[in-house]
Amino acid sequence: MNNHMILRVVGKFLIPYIMLFGLYVQFHGDFGPGGGFQAGVIFASAFVIHTLLFGVRETQKIAPEWILKAVSSAGVLLYAGVGVASLFLGANYLDYDVLGAYPVAGQHLGIILVEFGVGLTVASVIMLIFFTFAARGEVDGDVS
Amino acid sequence: MSGLGVWNYLIIIFLMMTGFYMVISSSNLIKKLIGLNVFQTSVFFLYISFGYIEGSAGPVYVEGVDLYSNPLTHVLILTAIVVGVATISVGLALIIRIKESFGTIEEDDLHKMDSSL
Amino acid sequence: MLMHLPVLVVLAPLLGAPVVALMRGSTWPWVLSTLLSWFSLLCAVLLLVQVQSQGLVIYTMGGWEAPWGIEYRIDFANALLLVLITGLASVVLPYARLSVEQEVGTERAPMFYAALLLLTLGLCGITATGDAFNIFVFLEISSLATYTLIAMGRDRRALTASFSYLIMGTIGATFYLIGIGFLYVMTGTLNLADLAGRLPAINESSTVRTAFAFIVTGICLKLALFPLHLWLPNAYTYSPSAVTALLGATATKVAVYVLVRFVFTVFGIDFSFGMEPLAEVLIPLAVIGLLSASTVSITQPNIKRMLAYSSVAQIGYIVLGIAMGTAMGLTAALLHVFNHGLIKGALFMVLGAVMYRMGGTSLSDMQGLAKTMPLTFWAFVIGGLSLIGVPLTVGFVSKWHLILAAIELGWWPIVIAILVGSMLAVVYVGRVIEAGFFGEAKDPTRREAPAGLLIPVWILIFANIYFGIDTRLTVDIAEAAAAQLMAGGIVR
Repeated sequence: MNNHMILRVVGKFLIPYIMLFGLYVQFHGDFGPGGGFQAGVIFASAFVIHTLLFGVRETQKIAPEWILKAVSSAGVLLYAGVGVASLFLGANYLDYDVLGAYPVAGQHLGIILVEFGVGLTVASVIMLIFFTFAARGEVDGDVS
Repeated sequence: MSGLGVWNYLIIIFLMMTGFYMVISSSNLIKKLIGLNVFQTSVFFLYISFGYIEGSAGPVYVEGVDLYSNPLTHVLILTAIVVGVATISVGLALIIRIKESFGTIEEDDLHKMDSSL
Repeated sequence: MLMHLPVLVVLAPLLGAPVVALMRGSTWPWVLSTLLSWFSLLCAVLLLVQVQSQGLVIYTMGGWEAPWGIEYRIDFANALLLVLITGLASVVLPYARLSVEQEVGTERAPMFYAALLLLTLGLCGITATGDAFNIFVFLEISSLATYTLIAMGRDRRALTASFSYLIMGTIGATFYLIGIGFLYVMTGTLNLADLAGRLPAINESSTVRTAFAFIVTGICLKLALFPLHLWLPNAYTYSPSAVTALLGATATKVAVYVLVRFVFTVFGIDFSFGMEPLAEVLIPLAVIGLLSASTVSITQPNIKRMLAYSSVAQIGYIVLGIAMGTAMGLTAALLHVFNHGLIKGALFMVLGAVMYRMGGTSLSDMQGLAKTMPLTFWAFVIGGLSLIGVPLTVGFVSKWHLILAAIELGWWPIVIAILVGSMLAVVYVGRVIEAGFFGEAKDPTRREAPAGLLIPVWILIFANIYFGIDTRLTVDIAEAAAAQLMAGGIVR
């Protein structure tokens, strides 16, 4: 897609806003509609656009596969870790009440951490799936 | 329960049967997978139309609104969508490897190579 | 920590899988996943002890009381299944190291162990949870792990086997999802115990009846009841040996558990057998399944495939027990779930050892095995006798109870069908044993399988004999589980 000036300019212009929107959906999830699943997919779609514009190789320089794998595992561990933390604080698994000074604060902290874990995993897994398919049979790293 | 009468269910059943028929009848593995996706998606619609209440607002708190749709079905389907995405990805990855090792993704041709498949 | 046992069983593989996936090489992932499976087994056994003293263990996720939150609800049936799953995982994982190095390769080993842990996680989750939708999620976790594990088989036909399982498995799970949706819209709850409390008032409704049909059909696809078993033979034949052992011993059994849970606890015995023709549908299918699959087994040149068809036949026995709708039938079914897990786990692991040394599992590879690999072969003989149902093995215990249950109902044709099925088992196991004793060894220089494979195999073989002689533990638990399930509705 190297020859499409308009697409390149508009795409490049959009990428930061898509990421910002992804982060908004992620961290606004405890007040309004949002959450890790949606945010992760939105965030990953910024990278998908980047791939469409510049090719898989360029994008994989920014987000190499080993980092994505590590992040996806870290997300699951963050999610499960919050649950383990509440186990150690004497409550049931994933009981956020005990995480903060008072239950509401605990719920707040717990849901943000858990959703952050979900977001990390979803974003990196979506990118991994996309790269796995997009990088096949490439000669010059350009999917166009 | 919903203001649509039974229309929503008729559409869902149509989609469901379309997807199911595609899974059964197509010989091409990718078409099978597309059919499977349509089939799953029809069930997502089924759940979401379960959750709708006539004249209700989206399940986000707004001043002065006291009738909301049931958000639980949405949450359930969000999970089911993730499951669906994973299934389709695994299926596509398998198809790519089937193509690489058998050289075809037509079920009829695969049967000709080995009747036990 | 004892109050957290229900979640710890599931949590150990959940925490392990992402860590294992990031490791390199094949040794450390193997060490970690083996230790985690042993930890899970410990938790499951402690949980069983707890259930024996309390009758029912309830664990609320996040402290949210059911029906608002998800609860794990362990009674005798789940506890028994959890011990079976984690126990088999604890034997298969130590065994996996050598066979995985050969069949899967070091490079893909971390992903293999991660997927195996996810499979264990999914199966334990289905068994432990008391929430209908949660069952669907865990079902899909275990299924997705299974698809990738099957596809790791060496033979390229593993790919098509995995794909057809993916199609059939997803249709089954989606049918289940439709059924759950209908139940939710009728009752407004997804908690199994809560559903059981609310359904009797509305079970005249056609929506509930449709839900029942969808759920039973969906689960029967998953448990490979004849004629919905078409995905099973190829999936078992072409997946790596360790995977076949774990799948053959546990995966279909967990689907049986879900069926039992819905038929007896959620819908209740009056609805399932009184208002719906469950027995009339399941009994012919089970009988045809057990006879035809046993017959097909006899002609299979590949022994792994032969045992796969035999698994379809054994599912027939189990479903027969369920379809009787009596406490004795249910006891026999649950016993056979556990015992068949031990039998098939052991037999598939023996075949893995044969595969390791001979490079294949066809009948010609088994020729003269009694001389070249005596320990492996004797394990097959004992496992095979157990599969036939010879006294002093577990196979006898469960078939004996099944026959008693059929006699109690006066169903003589069923008794004859069970006996004919066992005769067919004599034929298909017998021809392998004959080849092993009297056949000419293909290559007399082949040595015995390494200890890393033999020790886990013999542990399971000893379990086969031990539970065949000392039946108190298993029969007591199965009877208690059946009594709880027959009490129907809500177990308090």
